[in-house]
Amino acid sequence: MRTTEQIKPVAPKPAATWQHHHILDVDDFSREEIELVFHTTQAMKEVLSRPIKRVPALRGKTLITLFYEPSTRTRLSFELAAKNLGADAASLSAPASSVAKGESLVDTLSTLQALGADIVVMRHPHSGAPYIAAKHVEASIVNAGDGWHAHPTQALLDLYTIHEHKGNFKGLKAVLIGDITHSRVAHSNIWGLTTMGAEVTLCSPPTLLPAGLGGQQHHLPPVSIEHDIELALDGADVVMALRLQLERQQSGLLPSIREYIQLYQLTEARLASAKPDALVLHPGPVNEGIEIASAVAHGPQSVINEQVTNGVAVRMALLYILAGSQKQ
Amino acid sequence: MIKPLLIKGGRIIDPSQQKDEVGSLLVTEGKISWLGKGDAAPPHPDHNVLNAQGLVVCPGFIDLHCHLRQPGNEDKETIATGTRAAARGGFTTICCMPNTNPPLDNQTVVEFVKSKAASEGAVRVLPIGCISKGRKGKELAEMGDLAAAGVVAFSDDGEPALNSYIMRQALDYSRAFDLPITDHCEDTVLTEGGQMNEGIISTKLGLRGLPNAAEDIIVARDLALAQLTGGRLHIAHTTTEGAVDLIRRAKEKGIRVTAEVTPHHLTLTEERVIGYNTNAKVNPPLRTEQDIQALIQGLNDNTIDIIATDHAPHTEADKLCEFALAPFGISGFETALGSLMSLVHDKQLTLVNLIAKLTHEPAKILGNKHGGLGTLAIGTEADVTVFDPALEWVVDTRDFASKGKNTPLAGERLKGKVMATIYQGKLVYKDDSVKLKED
Repeated sequence: MRTTEQIKPVAPKPAATWQHHHILDVDDFSREEIELVFHTTQAMKEVLSRPIKRVPALRGKTLITLFYEPSTRTRLSFELAAKNLGADAASLSAPASSVAKGESLVDTLSTLQALGADIVVMRHPHSGAPYIAAKHVEASIVNAGDGWHAHPTQALLDLYTIHEHKGNFKGLKAVLIGDITHSRVAHSNIWGLTTMGAEVTLCSPPTLLPAGLGGQQHHLPPVSIEHDIELALDGADVVMALRLQLERQQSGLLPSIREYIQLYQLTEARLASAKPDALVLHPGPVNEGIEIASAVAHGPQSVINEQVTNGVAVRMALLYILAGSQKQ
Repeated sequence: MIKPLLIKGGRIIDPSQQKDEVGSLLVTEGKISWLGKGDAAPPHPDHNVLNAQGLVVCPGFIDLHCHLRQPGNEDKETIATGTRAAARGGFTTICCMPNTNPPLDNQTVVEFVKSKAASEGAVRVLPIGCISKGRKGKELAEMGDLAAAGVVAFSDDGEPALNSYIMRQALDYSRAFDLPITDHCEDTVLTEGGQMNEGIISTKLGLRGLPNAAEDIIVARDLALAQLTGGRLHIAHTTTEGAVDLIRRAKEKGIRVTAEVTPHHLTLTEERVIGYNTNAKVNPPLRTEQDIQALIQGLNDNTIDIIATDHAPHTEADKLCEFALAPFGISGFETALGSLMSLVHDKQLTLVNLIAKLTHEPAKILGNKHGGLGTLAIGTEADVTVFDPALEWVVDTRDFASKGKNTPLAGERLKGKVMATIYQGKLVYKDDSVKLKED
């Protein structure tokens, strides 16, 4: 950013509450930091409602998206966010198959650093890859999804969407349904939701629930486990269905997709167990008719499209805060 | 002729002779020639003196499990660098695993390793031969030939567990040579793609886990096959509470089994992986405090016979990558004593027992074919380790003799340090602070 004058009309200046040079996960975010993201997102939505949806807050900054996995909405929303803020955006795609050979991740990042990247938005099939990256570059690393581990910007846009509808999170019952083991979205949302004061219930077949949850442990927030979807949904304020990868059947984790639908699909009838004003979220892309019935995905309680819209504003907010916290 | 060396006034601990007393020890022409209690002076006064006051003097350590990488992966380690690292760690006898390239599945490669060790090695190298040809798990290697070439055990360490049929034949056939079958116990059907211990930390990090059950299952199977065949089974790097229980019960039943545990599995937990630390990536993985307590109990009641390092050096480039792409292994020789001494300082293991697990007990598994190892008995080859049990030092991998700097202990303070290592009467390592004096 050039001057503070250009920033002021847009959003409050990142306060001293912000502690992150990188955004790797929300597990180390404080409630105040998440609230700062909310406030900044609100300002960005105002920008997006203008006829000319641009502010030059990131003029002169270079953002590179480095995706080792395919992505539609995440990558596009980052690129739009960067352009809306006047940053120069470029992208590098690397097929996942090339990860194991050829140029190492650290070398690739050194190249991006040499090319002048200020922010690198990174998606990678291996958990923890952004952490390795963060140790070896000065640029800010934004994790756009790493393996089964985390997807912090998705969690923040989910939180923002819930915040818009529900205001305070305290006492909210949030239910995450589906493949918890392989869902980086679920992992980041467990952190974010509990940090904000919601209570999290996980509902999944036991084979899609990762080890060690539900008991006494210190490394993840406390969660409730309920394998029966109707009991899980009872009294819920927020319901999030997770994408079921079809290969889970082939790898022996499920007897059949058919049985998964019978036991875990979010249907209108089941949603009736939740509170009448419960929100329905899905991180996308949706397998309609598998983890969620079409009628629910498109129903009155669904905020799935709002999630996508908010994705751009939240990412603008995050880039804005990150750039503001970088050395001038 | 080399002058005799007097190691003077140390606490001499030799479990092979139930000896634990302050005294001096004289090394003459490569042999232990005299032992004296208290201030006793040796009969012939002309010798160099290593002042061991305040230090422990014990038989040179024996490591039944390490990887020297030569032939095939000389960028990771060579026999020259690996044996120097061993000397720095107080080891005078090390048994190298056969997962080299080409592997030690025939006499020729065994002879190569032995001749390299003889010409370039700093300490004694006793090779372990393959169980199966090419480590492929299909046909037995020529165990008789390998035994004749001097291997001390058979192992396909580093490969998936053998199928039950081949394992049975290996345990049975090897009885003819009275050598143990050393197994890396892992049911790889359960651990495919696994990166670390399965549990809350693997969940937190989004990494695929290797559950304890994968180790327990193969330990149980191998014990049953050892019982069936009467073969000698040696369980490599035990890490789980369940495996300790199984081995304990098998020993009660008289099954011929011995077991080892590594310094890292005794002292570090899975939490070391947090932050995606590839230097804490090892197989079997670092487990939990509950497993550690079971392992220590196993050492104390002799369910676990010995401590072995599983020294597994890798290059920095090997480990500087995504966690899932990094190879398994910890460079262990040079931190072994310092980390193990934490168990002594915490009163979880006695000093005498620790030394037994590094000297007399592994010597018993090796048998008498290689001379009197793991002892300070008069007339045996002078393999002696001198260490300071209380000296604090910081692990600086730049000081390592090993090419493998891959340790999760880099930068950490350890209490207990090897000060001098004597192999066949020669001083093969001494700390910079140690000065020899002419008497």
